[in-house]
Amino acid sequence: MNQIEVLTRRTFLGNVFSASAFVLAARLLPEESLAASSPGSTGNAGTAAWSPSVYLGIETDGTVIIVTHRSEMGTGIRSVLPSVLADELEADWNRVKIEQAVGDAKYGNQNTDGSCSIRDFYDTMRQAGAGARMMLERAAADKWGVPVAECKAQNHQVVHSSGRKLGYGELAQDAAKLTVPKKEDLKFKSPAEYRYIGKELPTIDVTDVCAGKGIFGIDAVMPGMVHASIERSPVYGGTLKNFDDKDARAVKGVLQTVVLPPLTPPYGFKPLGGVAVIANSTWAAWKGREKLKVQWEGGENAGYDSAKYKQQLLETVRKPQKAARNIGDVDAEFARGGKTHEAEYYVPHLSHAPMEPPAAVADFKDGKVVIYAATQNPQAVQDTVAAALGIDKKNVECHVTLLGGGFGRKSKPDYVAEAALLSKQVGKPVKVTWSREEDIRFDYYHSVAAMYLKAALDDKGKPTAWLQRCAFPSIGAMFNPANTTGQPFELGMGWSNLPFDIPNHRAENGPAKAHVRIGWLRSVSNIYHAFAVHSFADELAALANRDRVEYLLDLLGPSRKVDLGERGPMADKFPLDTGRLRRVIELAAEKSGWARKPPVKGRALGIAAHWSFYSYVAAVVEVEVDDAGKVRIPRVDIAADVGTIINPDRVKSQFEGASVFGASIALMGEITAANGAIVQSNFDDYPVARMQEAPILTNVHLVPSTEPPAGVGEPGVPPMIPAICNAIFAATGKRIRDLPIRHHKLNA
Amino acid sequence: MNLKVNGARRQFDGDPEMPLLWYLRDEIHLTGTKYGCGQGFCGACTVHVNGSALRSCQQSMESVADKEIITIEGLSETASHPVQQAWKHANVPQCGYCQGGQIMRAAALLQKNPHPSDADIDSAMKFNICRCGTYQRIREAIKAVAAGAQAVEAKK
Ligand code: FES
Ligand code: FES
Repeated sequence: MNQIEVLTRRTFLGNVFSASAFVLAARLLPEESLAASSPGSTGNAGTAAWSPSVYLGIETDGTVIIVTHRSEMGTGIRSVLPSVLADELEADWNRVKIEQAVGDAKYGNQNTDGSCSIRDFYDTMRQAGAGARMMLERAAADKWGVPVAECKAQNHQVVHSSGRKLGYGELAQDAAKLTVPKKEDLKFKSPAEYRYIGKELPTIDVTDVCAGKGIFGIDAVMPGMVHASIERSPVYGGTLKNFDDKDARAVKGVLQTVVLPPLTPPYGFKPLGGVAVIANSTWAAWKGREKLKVQWEGGENAGYDSAKYKQQLLETVRKPQKAARNIGDVDAEFARGGKTHEAEYYVPHLSHAPMEPPAAVADFKDGKVVIYAATQNPQAVQDTVAAALGIDKKNVECHVTLLGGGFGRKSKPDYVAEAALLSKQVGKPVKVTWSREEDIRFDYYHSVAAMYLKAALDDKGKPTAWLQRCAFPSIGAMFNPANTTGQPFELGMGWSNLPFDIPNHRAENGPAKAHVRIGWLRSVSNIYHAFAVHSFADELAALANRDRVEYLLDLLGPSRKVDLGERGPMADKFPLDTGRLRRVIELAAEKSGWARKPPVKGRALGIAAHWSFYSYVAAVVEVEVDDAGKVRIPRVDIAADVGTIINPDRVKSQFEGASVFGASIALMGEITAANGAIVQSNFDDYPVARMQEAPILTNVHLVPSTEPPAGVGEPGVPPMIPAICNAIFAATGKRIRDLPIRHHKLNA
Repeated sequence: MNLKVNGARRQFDGDPEMPLLWYLRDEIHLTGTKYGCGQGFCGACTVHVNGSALRSCQQSMESVADKEIITIEGLSETASHPVQQAWKHANVPQCGYCQGGQIMRAAALLQKNPHPSDADIDSAMKFNICRCGTYQRIREAIKAVAAGAQAVEAKK
């Protein structure tokens, strides 16, 4: 009856292996996870008959268990990464069982964030699959007494040149006794032999999800659990003065109230604190919370007003600031007195608003806590919960459910720690379900940002000098309040790595203090940086009266690897190659019919191209603006070079989604604050694109590539926003320099 | 009070103001119906009440007395309803959270209007938000169901 049984059946819990299973201590790659792995730790493939890697187990009946250690929030990663391992293993996908990993450092990084799951684990999965395949081949050869070269793994069995066959299940125990091949001895399949890589394999969850049977965090149930709803300080960092819970406790179904400990800096992922109402249903808990009378002390952020703050940020970027990148001599070029152009841009706070609000259930007992949560990062759950409860993190067992969207919100486990703290206080499993109002009012907001750009222009309108300044409260402030300027990782997102061919260039960043929680949101700082840079490039093209695509290609200059001053394996593996950026621009232009569709009044194309998460993406957006100033987006063409593609359909779906997500930001996204509190609270005042507002058709054109796989989930978002604004300019002559577009009058 | 959920008779004697959504989710553990906003803005909670697609967060228990409710779990056992089939075929879901509501809305639309125009699709589906942005595949799937229905009719 209770849903833990459902969870068990759906293999969210680990104990699905045969009791007679024996565990091999030797493990395959990666060495890093090897070192951290401890035999007998919680669940997953480690208890299979043969477990050659922390990600893989093979039962004697031939069932292949692949552990998926990344969270599923809509990218398909929970299916796609295991399909890489299965492919190298020559496993039959129908005999593969996928296990969702609990939070455990032995799996390596589990933070499903930063568009890095495939990028960071593609090789690891291939190595795990190839190593196990070679051991199965060796086991068969030994059994038959033939050279291993005559044996070949094929679709879940090893086949000898004579035609003899042995299934993987029959070989598992013998394979387990063999020496693990060295990394340098691994033999990989040739791309022509791939069964799943590059193919459109459906995700393992699609049927459950269409049947309403997928279990998300908000659906998780523990026996005997109660529900909690928390009243928090409307001002970030505010403290509880006093409260009256008489009326709340009078609500039918309400059991008690609990005061959560106050928030102390650095805030990080700590829960916000407040007063919790505990009840026997979600509805009663919410109703009870509405009846609480609470008074707060606002504290230092009580005066936060986003309209005033906007002016403050703009003033900051009007003055010289610290350079993050400096090439040539911008000032000398400006001093020559030639033609210049300058502009200021602004992007407001944004909220993630994943369709499923934050939700988690926790059961604290005897110094240990078991958790089911919609989380992007179960290891951060372990750390945060352990710190909140004062227990060792090995006593925090975090099971990951499906996530109803994440977009970065659910890698911050404050809400999970709330459930754990409350369970400890109440002595029962506690489920915390945030309402949409809580989600919008207590988010880690995408940073508000102001940008100033100035260019000196030659007689063809091409910049000879380019100065750009930005100011935004940093995500770094969450972890150290002393961080009042942009961190290198933020400036590296489309600011200090301008790919244009301009001899004099300076990128600056000024200080800004955070007055609300700031957090990464799908594509992070690229959002405001790309908006400013690619809008400004379009302004320059317009001033020069040149075709935008031709101008953009000229701006990029000859194909080359841009020296970003970064060294190390990532810089070597993923250099910024303007040739690849050029290619996606040309592809998007060609596929969109750019040359055949010159702008007319009320209808035009706009383009922007951006490099982020090591992927190259160009977007051509077609807009229609009617006489009332209403914007429609009938068509988008996105060209993307993301390196090697594992599942083309899921890659396309991410870009289709990014097109809509970008349209939401550009057209309507805005969070404001007054008297320290967030003004918006639900989809009425924080609208996101609906079907008729979203781009109607997004065509995704993928560049075939054998380069290492790069990011897919996020890089579609940044070029969308300037491309929409550039199209609106071409259609109406109105230049959008601050978002969202809905605040601008676009009719004549 | 009495009601019927997915064909089964049910009795309820709790808070008459409780939205149907929370009854389905918390009391009878039909969690395929999702909470997304609680205010009628998002459609994640869409179910069929006497055959019409309604947002269950906006229906109090007293308002559904003696009514017949179908939830996503009741549309079919194994996602075999034509709309679910089309959804799978077009690989519509990303995170999947909104999709129960989308499918219920689309199923009701197609029931009343087997050959909806783009404008018909917009005006039915505008109540349902998908934050992952799967709208174009939703449209494609609805059209595929309509085309399938057409093919069946042509055969007759
Ligand atoms: S939860 Fe009912 S419309 Fe959003
Ligand atoms: S699929 Fe994620 S909200 Fe629609």
